[in-house]
Amino acid sequence: MPQSKSNRELVASKLGKRHRSETMFKSMGLGAILIGISLVGILFGSILYKGIPAFWQATLHLNLTFDPEIIDIDPRPTQQPGQSAADFHDELLSWQRALRRAKWDSLIQAAIAKDVPAAGAPDMRRTAFGLVASNERVKLWEMVEKDPGIIGQTVPVALVASENVDVWLKGNIDRDLPQRFQQLSEEQQKWSDELYKDGVIRMDFASSLFTNVDSRSSGATAGLLGAIVGSVMMMLIVMVVAVPVGVMAAIYLEEFAPKNRVTDLIEVNINNLAAVPSIVFGLLGAAVFINFFGLPLSAPLVGGLVLSLMTLPTVIIASRAALRAVPPSIRQAALGIGASPTQAMFHHTLPLAVPGMLTGAIIGVAQALGETAPLLLIGMNAFVASVPSTPLDQSSALPVQIYLWQGNENRNFFESRTSAAILVLLGVMITLNAFAIFMRHRFERRW
Amino acid sequence: MNTMISLAIILIVLSFVYTWGASASRRIAAKTGQRLHSRPPYYGLYLVLWCAIPAVIVFIAYTLLFPQFQAAIIDSYLPQAVLNDPAELSSQTRQIENILNGVSVIGTPEPYQLEAVRTLRSFEWIGRLALLALAAVAAFAGTLVARRRISPHFRARNRIETAIEMVLIVCSGIAILTTVGIVLSVLGEAVRFFTYVSPVDFFFGTTWNPRFSTTGSSGQGEFGLLPLLWGTMMITIIAMCVAVPVGLLAAVYLSEYAGPKFRFFAKPLLEILAGIPTIVYGIFAAFTVGPFLSEFGSMVGLSINATSAFTAGIVMGIMIIPFVSSLSDDIISQVPQAMRDGSYGLGATQSETIRKVILPAALPGIVGAFLLAVSRAIGETMIVVLAAGNSPVLTANPFDAVSTVTVTIVNQLTGDTDFASPQSLVAFALGLTLFVITLCLNVVAIYIVRKYREQYE
Repeated sequence: MPQSKSNRELVASKLGKRHRSETMFKSMGLGAILIGISLVGILFGSILYKGIPAFWQATLHLNLTFDPEIIDIDPRPTQQPGQSAADFHDELLSWQRALRRAKWDSLIQAAIAKDVPAAGAPDMRRTAFGLVASNERVKLWEMVEKDPGIIGQTVPVALVASENVDVWLKGNIDRDLPQRFQQLSEEQQKWSDELYKDGVIRMDFASSLFTNVDSRSSGATAGLLGAIVGSVMMMLIVMVVAVPVGVMAAIYLEEFAPKNRVTDLIEVNINNLAAVPSIVFGLLGAAVFINFFGLPLSAPLVGGLVLSLMTLPTVIIASRAALRAVPPSIRQAALGIGASPTQAMFHHTLPLAVPGMLTGAIIGVAQALGETAPLLLIGMNAFVASVPSTPLDQSSALPVQIYLWQGNENRNFFESRTSAAILVLLGVMITLNAFAIFMRHRFERRW
Repeated sequence: MNTMISLAIILIVLSFVYTWGASASRRIAAKTGQRLHSRPPYYGLYLVLWCAIPAVIVFIAYTLLFPQFQAAIIDSYLPQAVLNDPAELSSQTRQIENILNGVSVIGTPEPYQLEAVRTLRSFEWIGRLALLALAAVAAFAGTLVARRRISPHFRARNRIETAIEMVLIVCSGIAILTTVGIVLSVLGEAVRFFTYVSPVDFFFGTTWNPRFSTTGSSGQGEFGLLPLLWGTMMITIIAMCVAVPVGLLAAVYLSEYAGPKFRFFAKPLLEILAGIPTIVYGIFAAFTVGPFLSEFGSMVGLSINATSAFTAGIVMGIMIIPFVSSLSDDIISQVPQAMRDGSYGLGATQSETIRKVILPAALPGIVGAFLLAVSRAIGETMIVVLAAGNSPVLTANPFDAVSTVTVTIVNQLTGDTDFASPQSLVAFALGLTLFVITLCLNVVAIYIVRKYREQYE
């Protein structure tokens, strides 16, 4: 007669299986977290790997002779006695125009020829000048304009190399590709290598990334200054508009509003607004601010207002949470000694809630800083090569500049440029968030 | 510079008024020997309000009325022939405004236009003086009225508090106003679009081929929504396939298994993913993930486009992981401890407790979190702009390039923004569709999450 298994045996036979499934489940959970964290690692790793080289830029350190025979120009005019200011101004302008027309390329060619004699050949001017970013001649005439006495002297000058030289020297393009796919001519390739070996071309910190504006003609000197200023303006607008309005709305909803269907609707509405796709705010901006109010396209003012509306719900939700965290006893004590509800709010509750509100506001502003889609719809993707001086000027913004650069046709150069710009953006965002976390830890109070 | 100076003047005047009010209340109290109802600063503020508000009202009235006066003046100078032709009228009006603003105009302006400009210039001058005078009178009168009211019994504090409350109400109203603004502006332009293209063709069309607006109204494009909606759905499904298992398991581990130390480090690390701007994910997808996937595909014999629904979906999934995990984490940790203890008491292991007790109990809330994540995926723009490939055709292959609603909105509205052609107006119809879809998802999700959170409290 087969004895049925006792309960103890049944449990024992199943227990191993149950423990195995327990381990399985636990390791799946741990695996999920590790996947998530490794994704963070991969993301940052790939951006750092691509972006960091772009902070160093091939630069030619030349001993450049301002040869008076090549820059054939009259001495800088001085105001003659009896000459009117307007006439003098005209004369100065025409002198500056003549200065700009001088053969700066030949000057650079001659300087390069000191190290690579082959570059001095008369028909090699264009080829030699191709090593240098085309905007860099501006530096030379500015030097002469500032100090005309420099003509005839030999001065050390650092000129940014063209983007193709940069790509070639960093090895970001396959050197074995057939010549017809290369952007540098064979002479230029040879000269770049020689100059690099001689230490004439060095990898310098790319300060132009932070001091120049975007450029279409020469990628190597394109910088982020305009975009940074535009982004800062928009963040200021968000701080001035969204933060006070959001805080005051939160105060009303949390402390003063009667609890009824209307305020319930407002609450649902605010939660919903926080989840509305950002691009819809861009449509709002295009239809209302640009089409209806006729504000200018590409202006930081419009961008800032759109981002403010977008940030508002985040600020309201965070501020309400901060107010809710203040214990009721504080309010009751204030009311008990005769303060009005407004006084209890503004003199007692609000100061205690400010750190929490500030944390929410900083996170909201950081989010707004990284937002791109709504800005595309209000025309901030236009090419702008100037630093905006007022919020009504045309401007770019950091995330949009990244978008524009990734679409640049000189791909192998701009891929690293784009990643470098991302690093700048992430740097600002991480600083803001770290500040928010610091604030939270510093001022957090538990009751 | 000019605005700075006027701002400074206004601030000086207001601080002067404030001091006057405060000191007047003190003087009165001292003279009558009575206690003031409110503290002196409230009387000062009361005066400031009465000084500023009338002036602001005058200013707003002026800004609203001035363009109409200007239009009337321009009309009075234009010949009858121009007035009868609406197109000519608007072009001439704009021309006169351009001359007035110092913008160079093409051709030589007519003498009557110059005459109009001259009148407008002097009118503007007079108008500004009048504004200044009126605002000053209003401010002064307001201040005097308020000053006369100051007496020991006057309840200045209550007045100020009412004013503060008004400001607070207006600020909360802005959130509502934003929603109303979105609905009205998007709906208005969408209705204009539907005068060109019938809603049936839009909502049920299977071809998306808008053509360029320059081909004229005769070259009507085809505006079929379905390929875009399908592309959006496909990417969203792929994204959820990535985000849901990873996010949910991570949340379970964090809330049930992890010790406080591990949690302290792992949670913020995961949440970094939520703080990264979407343009960064877009670049990551386009430069790193896309090429990798396409190479990987050719290794195993699959043809994967570098920019495809697959690439965009995976990267979007990564973006949503922290969203799913932190919302689920919240909800799982709200399941009461008694339920866990009961399950352990019956001899269940921890994983059995989680699978059979905690997750079913938290399920509605988790579903709410998923819906919020779906709505975020549908509305996401920069990842799909850079990585989905922008090919608005109906395809069932996730490795092909697709297009989405958001990509198309960006494509139709960037470049020349001429709000008159169906080619750009369609962006608003798409935006309306997007808004309605995400609104429904959000409302359902918010309802579920809210209702569920109250259940155990």
